[in-house]
Amino acid sequence: MNDSKPLRWKALANDYGMVLVLLILIAAFSVLTLERQSSTGSDAGRVVARNIIAAHGTSGTVVVVAGLKPPDERFLREAKEALEAGGVTVAAIVGGKPADARRTIERVLLEGHSIDAIAATGDAAKWSIYDRFESVGSNKCVSAAPALWPTFAKSENVLNVANQTAIYAIIAIGMTMVIITAGIDLSVGSLVALAAVATAVFIRDVGEGTQTGTGLMIAGCCVGIGVCALAGIFNGAMITRLGIPPFITTLAMMLMARGLARRLSNELSIQALPASFTWIGGDTTFGIPNPVILMITLYGIAHIVMSRTVFGRYVYAVGGNAEAARLSGVPVKRVIVIVYTLCGALAGLGGIVQASKLGSGDPKLGLMFELDVIAAVVVGGTSLMGGEGRIFGTLIGAFIIAVIKNGMNLMKVGAPEQQIVLGAVVLLAVLVDTLKRRGTAS
Amino acid sequence: MVTTVDTAPLLEMSGIRKSFPGVQALSDVSLRLHRGEVLALMGENGAGKSTLIKTLGGAHQPESGTIVIDGSPVDLSSPMAAIAAGIGVIYQEFNLIPALTAWENIFLGREQTGLFVDRSAERKRAAALFERLGVDVPLDIPSRQLSIAQQQLVEIAKALSQDVRILVMDEPSAALTPQEVDKLFAIIRELRSQGIGIVYISHRLDEIFEIADTITVLRDGQHAGDAPTSEMTRQQLIELMVGRSIENEFPKHPAEIGDSRLVISGLCRGSTVKNVSFDVRRGEVLGLTGLVGAGRTDVVRLIFGADTRDGGQITLDGKALNIRSPRDAIRAGVCLLTEDRKSQGLVLCRSVRENFGLPSVRHLSAFGVMQQRQERTAFSAFVDSLSIRIPHQEQPARNLSGGNQQKVVLAKWLQVNAKVLIFDEPTRGIDVGAKHEIYQLMNDLTAQGKSIIMISSELPEVLGMSDRILVMHEGRISGEISDVPTTTQEELIKLAIN
Repeated sequence: MNDSKPLRWKALANDYGMVLVLLILIAAFSVLTLERQSSTGSDAGRVVARNIIAAHGTSGTVVVVAGLKPPDERFLREAKEALEAGGVTVAAIVGGKPADARRTIERVLLEGHSIDAIAATGDAAKWSIYDRFESVGSNKCVSAAPALWPTFAKSENVLNVANQTAIYAIIAIGMTMVIITAGIDLSVGSLVALAAVATAVFIRDVGEGTQTGTGLMIAGCCVGIGVCALAGIFNGAMITRLGIPPFITTLAMMLMARGLARRLSNELSIQALPASFTWIGGDTTFGIPNPVILMITLYGIAHIVMSRTVFGRYVYAVGGNAEAARLSGVPVKRVIVIVYTLCGALAGLGGIVQASKLGSGDPKLGLMFELDVIAAVVVGGTSLMGGEGRIFGTLIGAFIIAVIKNGMNLMKVGAPEQQIVLGAVVLLAVLVDTLKRRGTAS
Repeated sequence: MVTTVDTAPLLEMSGIRKSFPGVQALSDVSLRLHRGEVLALMGENGAGKSTLIKTLGGAHQPESGTIVIDGSPVDLSSPMAAIAAGIGVIYQEFNLIPALTAWENIFLGREQTGLFVDRSAERKRAAALFERLGVDVPLDIPSRQLSIAQQQLVEIAKALSQDVRILVMDEPSAALTPQEVDKLFAIIRELRSQGIGIVYISHRLDEIFEIADTITVLRDGQHAGDAPTSEMTRQQLIELMVGRSIENEFPKHPAEIGDSRLVISGLCRGSTVKNVSFDVRRGEVLGLTGLVGAGRTDVVRLIFGADTRDGGQITLDGKALNIRSPRDAIRAGVCLLTEDRKSQGLVLCRSVRENFGLPSVRHLSAFGVMQQRQERTAFSAFVDSLSIRIPHQEQPARNLSGGNQQKVVLAKWLQVNAKVLIFDEPTRGIDVGAKHEIYQLMNDLTAQGKSIIMISSELPEVLGMSDRILVMHEGRISGEISDVPTTTQEELIKLAIN
């Protein structure tokens, strides 16, 4: 009688529905962007080394040539290791422009080496410099056969999409909670700018600009997040104590916070920031961009909070029926204030990540972010009526939007057309929600 | 009233079938209504009454069966078709636009227009309609400012303006005071004498025997029986509805009544509650009655902290309580089962399990994390003991019948393990079987030494279940009755009207 399995399956199907849409999009864009990729990266490096050893035995002398991109670095490293392991003499490795390669080959020849082969990436093999040397010639270039692979699914592109989504997705956590309480927060875009500017101003004026130490820099970030949390408390207080609708309260905050960010920064982008400030937004850990790691961590925490804790239970109850919740002993006003505070703080965090990525505190950051974030929440299946929605739904929603944008970019769809498509996607998501609701109501 | 059985019926429904996914709502139901007859459509919640009248109103289309009006078959494919066929349905939830006046609502969608709406003609026609009903309804104020009874009159007038021959009323008396019910009955009798056939749905058995000419009973989507009212006893009707015999409608087992537990003194708020003082004892059911609007609900909302009081003390087991919110009251051991389940008792879009655990999260969580297994187990125990019919615990509360929703709300408050339970109209809109179970539960609670304050407008229920009765009138307590068994309904009404 109390077997809870049937509904779990149904809930799972609901979640899977969103995941399925995402997977279909990924598959579609993968097929649409399938093209011959220039061969580079560590796999190509190994292949090239193997081919050279097969052709010239272990006695040859080789120069390894590649471009400047991160995969090229991996190509160089891997090819050199594999060649040397096979006993081949690597006279030089070059990661750079054609001119660099020319100078290096010149030097190697001057040193009296003969060059038996040039291990090159697909791009580097097309350079014309090799023919300038009589003893070399482009026919000595060995590169891996170009593979057919979707541009969309290249690891760089995937990481790029994840990295760009991270900021929206982080802010969308707070927005999801707000929307589950049947509210809305239009101020998040402006809070992104406010946090970025407040942090940058603190580091410039209280710290020592580009020479600021780690401690003061972290303090600066806390100031940025704290200011936005205060803005969230203000939003929550206006809504609960004075009964001003969330739409109006946060619309006012949107204007005030943007104005404050512009005044604080004197309408200038503040760039006097230490190099280490870019760690959180611009660096990677184990090859994964830090914003992505931050996003995944926050989603894990938010999921547990919303599905397992008393607070999460309260948030859903307040959104579903505030009066019934109050009469069941839920501190409704406190819950609403906390939710708006969290939303503000997360917008602030998003602002700091954005500033860190760009290396500057700019009052123009985050313009229109609120709309993208709300779109992610809605596409993720959270109802604007409140009481229903899932944190991971929002993550999927954010990725659906990002994948569509990125896919269209790769297919060279223009920005105006992209806007039209995204608008249609939001409408479709709400339509699905409405139909589902009608299904359960009868 | 003489029913005209020999003439052809005004309405004849036969062989009506209707199913929803997983439910056979109606199977082979028939119903026969004559001109100038009041037919009571009876049955427990889920018996199919609503589905049947929605079929009649054109909101549902049956899968098979025929509907014949005045000898000719009709196809009620839409609400418009039903109106055209002369059928008016007044649902429990009124269909009035709150911002429009009475007469604007009456002619909504049928404005008499030339270039502009002929407002004065409509207003005059509306006034004439109310005159025909013998009532006085303010014509020019927005409907939202009208009382429930007045809004209902607007609905009736609207139906009359459409020249209905069949008027269906779903629980029309549920939100009315006894006087208003009397007025409603006068109107129904008037309409009956004008030859209109009336289908009347109510859970209040007293009313049925007062107003209905014939009774048709549905049970589990089937026709369980029908008979002229004069040939049916209360006991027979209950048995037809429930499908088994219920020996005692009010199975009261008095518990041992102990010391005074909750003491209220000098409670007041504005003009709604004026200097109210009383106490409730251990093991006692204190009945609280009076007319709707007499301040009964206002008093218990003050005790529960749902509204702020202007003054007064609340003492529980000798300890003064400073209750400023429902949260405070629940912590102190006082809980309130509200009158309106849907808007105040349940978060309809969330699962029954979540609703159940909401007031007792403190006991069902550790370090802010819900202990879901513990919650599930606790709820299972209540599902069994209260025989709540749910497919599983993740079922949204919205999808349950009224009786099961009420049981979920009961389970939710029982889990809190409060010392004082306040029940505001605990059996409103609930069928006979579930009512009986709730009465049994009240017996169990008082046997455990808990105290119950029960607000009810149903005088038989108040007399049948209370150990002591307080009657309220205009925000004050107008009488206290300690010797319940010798008290009559008339005495209660006298105190309520003062």
